[in-house]
Amino acid sequence: MSIELNSEIGSYLSGFEEFKKKDIFSGIGEISELRKNAINKFAELGYPTMRDEDWRFTNLTPVSKANFKINDNGINIDPVMLKTFLIKDLETFLLVFINGRFSKELSQIEQIPEGVTITTLSEAKDVKKEVLSEYFGKFLDFETEAFNALNTAFFEDGIFIHVPDSISVNKPVHALYISHEDEQSMVNSRNLIVVGKNSELKVIEHYVSTSETTYFSNVVSEVSVGENSNMEHFLLEFESKKAFNISTLRVQQEKYSNIKSHSILFGGAIVRNNVHPVLAGEGGNSLINGLYMSNGRQHMDNFMRVEHASPHCDSRQIYNGVLDDNSRGVFHGRIIVHEGAVKTDAKQTNRNLLLSDSAQIDTKPQLEIYNDDVKCTHGATIGQMDENAIFYLQSRGIPKKEAETIMVKGFTGESFSNMSLLPLREYLEKYADSWFLNRTDN
Amino acid sequence: MLEITDLHVEVEGKEILKGVNLTINKGEIHSIMGPNGSGKSTLAQVLAGRDLYEITKGEILFRGKDLTELKPEERACEGIFLAFQYPIEIPGVANTYLLREALNSIRKYNGLKPLKHVEFGKLARDKMKKLHMEDDLLKRSVNEGFSGGEKKRNEIFQMQILEPKLSILDETDSGLDIDAVKIVSEGVNSMRSPERSFLIITHYQRLLNYIVPDFVHVLVNGKIVKSGGKKLALELEEKGYGWLEEAANA
Repeated sequence: MSIELNSEIGSYLSGFEEFKKKDIFSGIGEISELRKNAINKFAELGYPTMRDEDWRFTNLTPVSKANFKINDNGINIDPVMLKTFLIKDLETFLLVFINGRFSKELSQIEQIPEGVTITTLSEAKDVKKEVLSEYFGKFLDFETEAFNALNTAFFEDGIFIHVPDSISVNKPVHALYISHEDEQSMVNSRNLIVVGKNSELKVIEHYVSTSETTYFSNVVSEVSVGENSNMEHFLLEFESKKAFNISTLRVQQEKYSNIKSHSILFGGAIVRNNVHPVLAGEGGNSLINGLYMSNGRQHMDNFMRVEHASPHCDSRQIYNGVLDDNSRGVFHGRIIVHEGAVKTDAKQTNRNLLLSDSAQIDTKPQLEIYNDDVKCTHGATIGQMDENAIFYLQSRGIPKKEAETIMVKGFTGESFSNMSLLPLREYLEKYADSWFLNRTDN
Repeated sequence: MLEITDLHVEVEGKEILKGVNLTINKGEIHSIMGPNGSGKSTLAQVLAGRDLYEITKGEILFRGKDLTELKPEERACEGIFLAFQYPIEIPGVANTYLLREALNSIRKYNGLKPLKHVEFGKLARDKMKKLHMEDDLLKRSVNEGFSGGEKKRNEIFQMQILEPKLSILDETDSGLDIDAVKIVSEGVNSMRSPERSFLIITHYQRLLNYIVPDFVHVLVNGKIVKSGGKKLALELEEKGYGWLEEAANA
């Protein structure tokens, strides 16, 4: 039986009553309480509209007016099909979700380092209840963020990772979310990652689809990084070109922690990529790196909120976009420097390459500084393929099409060069190359 | 090697070159001098195949082939090289990557096997040493953050790697100090051979003290108004271009 949702908020409220009856997390009082508050909040907020300042460039009507269903039937796919989504030469702990549901058969999570937990959220409620209770929803704002509220009310599963102190996890975790023949479904994936002190972890969240269907992925990932730890997070968004993907990465950083967040967006009809690190302890570092490549009528909205809440923290936002056809991009980069966060060093750049006359980008830096003695800079560029540079390359013997490819490579290369995991980089570089080579000239 | 006959070129409806005639034989060094706006750089860009310019009349033959029929990359593969007056910066593309792609593209066109990474690396380092260039310029993005002198030396470096039959140097000496002019000149002189030709476009006579031309032409208002030997450059240095401009307008 599935739960039907339509454009009326009432259907979400009644849907929630249905959903609650089968909620496998109902045994955890804190979560039940959060869910209840969250659905009420969502009913109050509703879907954002373009009148909301933080959504002014993104029209969500196709989402808010759509009928969705939350399915509860498990499904599997052919392991041969799975292979097409794996990253060549990259050894990982693999967790596969199909239409939001964990597939134990397709996943590979053997030989986990001692003390480390790599599992699903639903499993964690039995094996790591104390960590789950402590950290779940701890730093996430659903009071003002409708999609966070929606996710909190209806989430079913996702990854759960707990790394205790002083452990460097030897392989990255690859969480693969496959949408398979799931027309009009809504999937609220929820991930929780808790890293202790002096530890290290790399996580790849990877969203794909087996066919060009319309569905809605509403994802929330909560990450807590302990003192002096390193965490690298990859969001690979390769959804169906008809899908909606709203994802929120909320990272809480303790002192001297380092995080790198990479968001690579290729798929989706309407995409919103929220990245929200809070530098809560002194001496922390955040690298917020991203690349969005859009064509057709895709709409990709990147919303960064980098909060400096402690002294001596550095943040770098580097977002590059390549936009073709009638696609549209948004980069919204907010830096908030709280009182007392002296010696903050925050930089932001957003570069855009428009490949067609009808592609469009809105870029908006926003600095909120409640403090002296800080360094904040921002810069945005929007340009087309540089004809002088193309001619320069041609004059060296390189054919035009190759010259253009080299130019795009140079542009995207900046984003890729910030990543570790060489096989993943090569995979993405190849994907970006073929994205460009297969484009239709206009 | 190169035969230009009655070349007329327009840009945005304005005639820039008004009947240029020039023949460069194998092994010769020609210099074109002239005041600003006389059409020197236009001629260089037209030879390299820039599509901003429209050839309305005339003929350009390169080793017997009609150059105007060829794309810029085909001209490069046939052996034409233009050292740009203002070399272009290409962020994110390593100098070494551009050059290897370029060299192998030209080799492929001419039926040769591509050079392996190691072979290319050795070749590049040898040439760089001669031009007093730091090794790290290979890894850096093409011309990005290069000083003016580094950019010009990088052009000469590319020329040495690609080994063209006809090299066109468009004001390569402008803005360079005397030491850099000497290095650039050595780069050119070391490539002189009976098989190779050069067209040196310059505003100043200074460069021609180091790269001694066989012929000097003066371009004024889109036409070659005077040709002569290397002594003509000295005469221009002394008298300026005024007397020739007056003669051309008369």
